[in-house]
Parts: sequence; C-alpha cells; structure tokens
Amino acid sequence: MSSGTFAAYRPILIAIAALAALPLAVPMLVSAGLFAGANTFYNLMIFILIITLAAQGWNIAGGYGGQFSFGHAAFFGTGAYAQAVLQTRYGVNAWAALPVAMALGGLVGAVIGLLAFRARLRGSYFALVTLAFAEVFRILANATPITGGAAGTLVPLRIGFGQMQFEAPAAFFYLALGFVAVVLLLNRLLERSRFGAWLVAVRENEDAARALGVDTLTVKLKAITLSAAVTAVAGALYTQKFLYVDANIAYGAWISVEALLAPIVGGIGTVFGPLIGAVALIGLGEAAKTLIHSAFGSAVPGVDLVVYGLLLIVVIAFAPRGLIGLLRAGGGR
Amino acid sequence: MLEVHSLTKRFGGLVAVSDVSLTVPEGSITGLIGPNGAGKTTLFTLVSGFQTPSAGRVLFCGEDITGRTPERLAVLGIARTFQIVQPFAGLSVLENIAVGAYLRFPHRADAMAHAGAVAERVGLTDLGRPAASLTVAGRKRLELARALATGPRLVLLDEVLAGLNPSEIRDIIPVIRAIRDAGVTILMIEHVMQAVMSLCEHVHVLANGRLIAAGTPAEVVGNPAVVEAYLGHGAAGRLQKGAAHG
Amino acid sequence: MFRSYPPQIVLEAVLNGLLTGAVYALVALGLTLVYGVLHIINFAHGAMLTLAMFAVLVAHLGFGIDPYLAILPLTPLFFAFGYGLQRFVISPASRNDDGAILLVTLGLSIVIENLLLAIFRSDTRSLTLDYSFSVVDLGFALLSLPRVIGFGVALVVAAALWAILALTDTGKAIRAVAKEKLGASLVGIDVNHIYAVTFGLGAATLAVAACLLMPSFYVNPRVGNAFVLVAFTVVVLGGMGSIAGALVGGLVIGVVESLSGLYLGESLGQIGIFLIFILVLLFRPTGLFGAKA
Ligand SMILES: Nc1ncnc2c1ncn2[C@@H]1O[C@H](COP(=O)(O)OP(=O)(O)OP(=O)(O)O)[C@@H](O)[C@H]1O
Ligand SMILES: [Mg+2]
Repeated sequence: MSSGTFAAYRPILIAIAALAALPLAVPMLVSAGLFAGANTFYNLMIFILIITLAAQGWNIAGGYGGQFSFGHAAFFGTGAYAQAVLQTRYGVNAWAALPVAMALGGLVGAVIGLLAFRARLRGSYFALVTLAFAEVFRILANATPITGGAAGTLVPLRIGFGQMQFEAPAAFFYLALGFVAVVLLLNRLLERSRFGAWLVAVRENEDAARALGVDTLTVKLKAITLSAAVTAVAGALYTQKFLYVDANIAYGAWISVEALLAPIVGGIGTVFGPLIGAVALIGLGEAAKTLIHSAFGSAVPGVDLVVYGLLLIVVIAFAPRGLIGLLRAGGGR
Repeated sequence: MLEVHSLTKRFGGLVAVSDVSLTVPEGSITGLIGPNGAGKTTLFTLVSGFQTPSAGRVLFCGEDITGRTPERLAVLGIARTFQIVQPFAGLSVLENIAVGAYLRFPHRADAMAHAGAVAERVGLTDLGRPAASLTVAGRKRLELARALATGPRLVLLDEVLAGLNPSEIRDIIPVIRAIRDAGVTILMIEHVMQAVMSLCEHVHVLANGRLIAAGTPAEVVGNPAVVEAYLGHGAAGRLQKGAAHG
Repeated sequence: MFRSYPPQIVLEAVLNGLLTGAVYALVALGLTLVYGVLHIINFAHGAMLTLAMFAVLVAHLGFGIDPYLAILPLTPLFFAFGYGLQRFVISPASRNDDGAILLVTLGLSIVIENLLLAIFRSDTRSLTLDYSFSVVDLGFALLSLPRVIGFGVALVVAAALWAILALTDTGKAIRAVAKEKLGASLVGIDVNHIYAVTFGLGAATLAVAACLLMPSFYVNPRVGNAFVLVAFTVVVLGGMGSIAGALVGGLVIGVVESLSGLYLGESLGQIGIFLIFILVLLFRPTGLFGAKA
C-alpha cells in the first residue's frame, strides 16, 4: 500500500474509530440529559446505522451512477423478509440467512435493473418504475402466506450470539457499525477503481462513456445489483434488530425515501454523504419531535418528516452538493 | 484500414448519407469535407456504431463491423470525438482522460499515469481542475485526449478545430500530425481548409449525403463540382476564409 | 381459479370502473399537463390532492359549504397555490434542473403530507351528506349518485381544459412553450409565467377532483399516494403530455381496477394497475396511444 493509497483511506479509518469509540461517551451524554438512558442512545444509533447502510446502497447506483431509484424499498424489504422468513419457516441460522438475504436483494436489483435499463429508462422514468416495483412487492407481501400476509412475520426472541440477538445493546451497534465501515471502505475502493470511474462516466454522459469503450448497460447492472445487495443487508439487520417485519415496514415508501434523502442531504456520490445525511436527518428529526413534544405537551406525528422534506428542498436549493459540500467549502479553500 | 461500402442512412424521408463508399488507408490522415448538413457527422455516427446504417457495410481491418456497438468498436480500436464536445463536466481534466485510459489499463495507477502522458501529448496542463472550467480550445483538446487515451488504431475527429482562433489552430496542427506519426490512422471532418491542406493526404467531399469528389486537397479544391457544392450552400465565404489562414 | 360472475355484476363493475376512471382521469389531467409543458414529473401531485380533499372537509365541517359548491372558491384558490408553488418554490429551488425538480417536488410531497398528518392525525374521515348514499337506478344497474355526478363534471372539466388550451391566448402560449421553449421565449412569451400558469391549472383540476371525490370517498393524510400512483399509470398509459390520452387512460384504468378488484379481491386488485404501469413503461414508454414523450 503506497502512502497515497493510505491517505485516501485515512479519513475513513478515523471516522470508523471515532464511531467505535462513541459508546465511551454514553455515560456523559446521558448525564448531560441528551439521552434518557444508554438504551435510548443505542437504539437511535443502531437505527441511524441501518438507515446509513440502506442509503450507502442507494448511493452506489444513485449517487455514483446517477440512476435515481425511488423504490429501494424493493431491496430493503427483500433483505428484511428473507432474513425473517428463512429463520422462521426454514430454520436457517441467522448468520447463514444474512448472506442469502443479501444475495436475494442483489438478485432483485439485477432483475429490475435488467428490465429497466434494457428498456432504456432513465431519469423520472427509472424513478417511477422502481417505485412501482416496490409497490408491487408491498402488495404481494401483504397478501401472500409465506411472508405472513398482513400480520407480518415475527422472529422469536432467542438471545444468543448464534441467533444474532444480543443481550448488550452495544453488541448490535458494533455489528451494524461493522457493515457500515465495510461499505465505507468499499466505496472508497470503488471510487478508485476502473468500475467506479466508468460508473461516474455513465452518470455524467452516457454517449461519451460509450465512445470511450464503456459498456454502459453492464456498468449500470453491476451498480444496481451491488446497490440492492447493500440495501438488502440493511433490511436484514432491521429484521434482526426489531425481530418483526410487515409489508409496510419492509416494502413501504418510507425506506425508499430515507435511502435517497440521506445521500442527497449528506452529499450525493461521496463516501461519507449517506452517513452524514442519516445523522443529520434523523438527528434533526428527533430534535424537532422533542421540541414539538415539549411545546405542545404531547407528541405530534409527522413533524420529523416535515423536517426531512424541508431539509431536502433547502439542500437542493442552497447546497446541491450536500452538507459535505458545505463543510468542504467552509473548511478551507 | 477502414472501408465503407455503399453506406446509406435515412431519417424518415431524409437521406442523410446516400450510398457512400470510401477507404481510409492505414497510417494516413484522411479528410472528410463538405457543406453544413452534408451528412459528415452522420457518417461518423454510423462508422462509430452510435447509429445503425439503413444499408451498406463498414469494414475495419478487413473485418465486418457494421452495426456493432460503440463500446465494442472502442475495444477494437476505433475512437471518435464529438463535434459538440461532451466532457464529463463534474470530473477533473485528468479524470476525464482516465475514463478512456481505463480501457487498456485496468489498474488505477497505470490508467492515471497513461492519462497524464496523453494529456501532455495534446498539450493539456493544470489537470486537476474541473473539465467544466475549460475554454473551447481546452475542451477540444480534452476530446482529443480522451479518444487517444483509449489506445485507438483509428480516430475519427469531428471538427476538432472549429471555434478555435488562428493561433490555437496553428498550435494544434502539429499535435494531430504527431498522433499520426505515432501510428494512429486519422479520419477527420474539418471546415478549416488551411488545416485540411496542410494535414491531409487524401480528401473526400460529401454534399447532400453523396460523395461528390475525392483526391488530394489541391485536386479537390480545384474541382468545380466541389466549389459549386459549397457555393450552392452559401459556404464559399468560409472556404475562402479558411484558405486565407494559410 | 377465477370465480365466474353473472353478467349483470360484471357490467355493474365495468360501469363503476368508468365512474371512478373519470375521476382518475381528472387527477391525471393535471399531471400530464404539467409533464407536457414543463417536462417534469410532479411528485407532489398526490399530496396536493390530499390537501385539496382536506380543504373540502374543512370547508364543509367549518363553514357548512357543500362539497360541490366548494368547487367555486377552491378552484381559483388552488390555481393560485399551484402558481405560487411553481413560481416561488419549485423553480428557484431547482434552477429548472430536471433531477432537482423531481427531488424538490418529492420534498414538497413529504412536507405537505406530514403537515396534514400533524394537523389532522392519521384518522380516516369522510363526510356524511344526505346524498352520499343516493343511487341512480338504470334498470339494469344501480350506480352511486355522487359518482355519477363526479363522472359528468370530470368530463366537463376535461372539455374546459381542452378549450382553454385550444382557444385562449394563454392556452396558445402554453402550447407554444410545450413545443418549443426557446422559440416561445424569443417571440416574447414569459416562459416562467406560463410554467406557473400550467402548474396552477394542474392544481386547479385537483381542487375539482377533490370536490367530486369527497361526497363518496374518505380522506386521510396518505390518501393521495394511492391516487397519484394510479394517476402516473394513467399518464404513462395515455402517453405523457397527452390530454386525450389521460382521459382514455383514466377510464381504462378505472375499469381494470374495478374488474381486478372483483376477480382478485381488494388487496391484490391494485396489483393489476402496477403491472400495467410497469409493462407500459418497459415496453411502450410513449404510451399506448403513441403520444410523443
Ligand atoms: N438523428 C437525426 N434525425 C433526423 N435527422 C438527422 C439526424 N441526424 C442528422 N440529421 C440530418 O441529417 C443531415 C446531415 O446532418 P449531419 O450532422 O451529418 O451534417 P454535417 O455534415 O455533420 O454538418 P455540419 O458541418 O453542420 O456539422 C442534416 O440535414 C441533419 O438535420
Ligand atoms: Mg457535423
């Protein structure tokens, strides 16, 4: 590894180390009154990490490749259901189910990608067709017995490392962080690879890319497959964390929206964009909820999402390169 | 190296390229000239695989390549530039060129090094800046550099000199000659007659989709049919202006 | 596998499908108009419909205005709302970049939907009117009166929209901008104004649709989503930007939904629509009626 290569990965390693050290700060954060208790902290962090992972998936096809999907729920849900159904119906071990869930998610991505890209759908049309696929999956999952229909699927609570269910909340935090960390490194690797360069070229100008020998269909297919597989892992982790899925969670529009909002708010087509975006969105959303709660004396549904929507519009209007773009512009040069 | 046999392209009722046959000998710089709307760019899109011909065949090194996709042709060694430049606006100059370089150099370090070398050959400097910030002349050089980075045996240059001022043209002519001298065959569309006269060994003239003349630049310029084709389309002024540069 | 029904029930399903389809067509009209002129997909269309439906609810519960009468104040109000939204939010925020517009309208839909959720909560509400359950007896079929009215008014609105586009000066300007934006601005048409007018017209059709829907339908903050996906399907089926296509597409989708609901059951019934949507997008993106995309 040359020093230049190391320099490219150093910020990522630092970020991972900082995140891994976060549990040390928990007593302080709790005593400062920011969190009600250690569990509140871990639950929020785990949720942020799961959303980050889903968003990192979206960012591969959407951010680097410019293929805006409005239906990443199709992949998240496939991962979530596979993880649940393989365990409950087929007695597969949770650790063994996870790679299968990832592969199935990737497969769904490849099939949708093949259909959409062969039909030369792009821009709004691609967004619409992915949205429609996610909806079809949602309706099917709601109506077929294998997924538990409208009642959903409950994974039995059996604490134990073998079941990927942990007594200590920090354990699941580190598991989720592990996946996020791997994808952070993977994304940097992608940026510095031939595939990554071709993927960005496809985003910037397909005709010019083809003239330079880039097989755009293959590049886009690989990207959506990888993208879907990563988001499917997020779904599988969701199942393991909450031990329950139904059609509206797994294939609901909410996750399609979160997966796309986080990278756009954080910084589209960048390694850290999804993480920064997820932290900003969920952090601000929680803050808004708390604020409104104390102002009105009771919880008001939807305020966090109002904040998401406003943030999206504000970012598009004033910071098209996301929060990361703002940080870079502010921090020197 | 390149043989075009009876190539025809129709857009609805319009025949943009009509029964055109020509050859480009290996190691040559061959010109393709003609008035605006003659079908020159369309001929390029057919040869480079962006559109499929309505009739006719294209042979490259004896192999029939009609209807192959641009990406496969790039692998075979045919590169093209775009008349309307198509930079990857969000990328740096070096990254733009590297996209082409990756075709022959799968590893990043090699691709970057090759891209840097190609940039030097075409005279591009300040490679870290965004491609969007380049001047017209810079963008034309970038088109050229990207095409060269793919390691082509034949490059199709579509008006790389258009929009440049006389001194910029003078600067780039030796670059093009050096590319040929390095063993790359060139077929170039050009309106700037001074460049055609000084670079091309052989010139084909297209008008209304048909090939109306061929020969050395001097022969072609003296050919009454050619002059008429240009005059008929009101482009004689440009012809004279081009000649006046020399 | 399929149950077989007596012809009368099937006929009634088809007629009901046509009635619903007319309202779908109305919702789709605004979408296709905006697409045809601005060449963007307005993702906030569904949320704007929900907003209009709540406006009808409030007009009735708060001010005692009959939903059909509410057409009079709400249509100009929503025209103004749509005009302002495009002119002062969407256009400046997106700098008229296609990808950005898609995301800004997505953001708007999230904001509108969740503001409604915060104010009205997730309960489903409907209006109780003396004519809510009135029926029209055709002899061979019984049809709900509000839906028959909805069908008639929807057709009238479609005709009115067509007349505006075909006969008025603004309509001519809209068509000019739709065809050739640059040329239109060269002959002195204020393109930004026309964009906003088009968006306003789209919002106004939604206000009418809401007034027609409320007597027989319910509202909750998410109700627009169901409609907007159907409307996308209608628009894609009819050909993006085609008004006649939206009308025919709406009626077709209404019938398809009604029949697949009859044969597949309520929950799976919707799938028919999405499958059509996907198939058309994949194999006939210019729409079944061949309008230019
Ligand atoms: N995709 C297309 N569809 C329809 N007509 C086309 C298409 N591409 C080119 N044409 C028409 O074909 C004719 C030839 O165009 P072409 O661009 O090949 O001319 P050209 O010789 O390159 O001209 P110029 O010197 O202006 O670049 C023109 O009339 C043009 O309008
Ligand atoms: Mg040309």
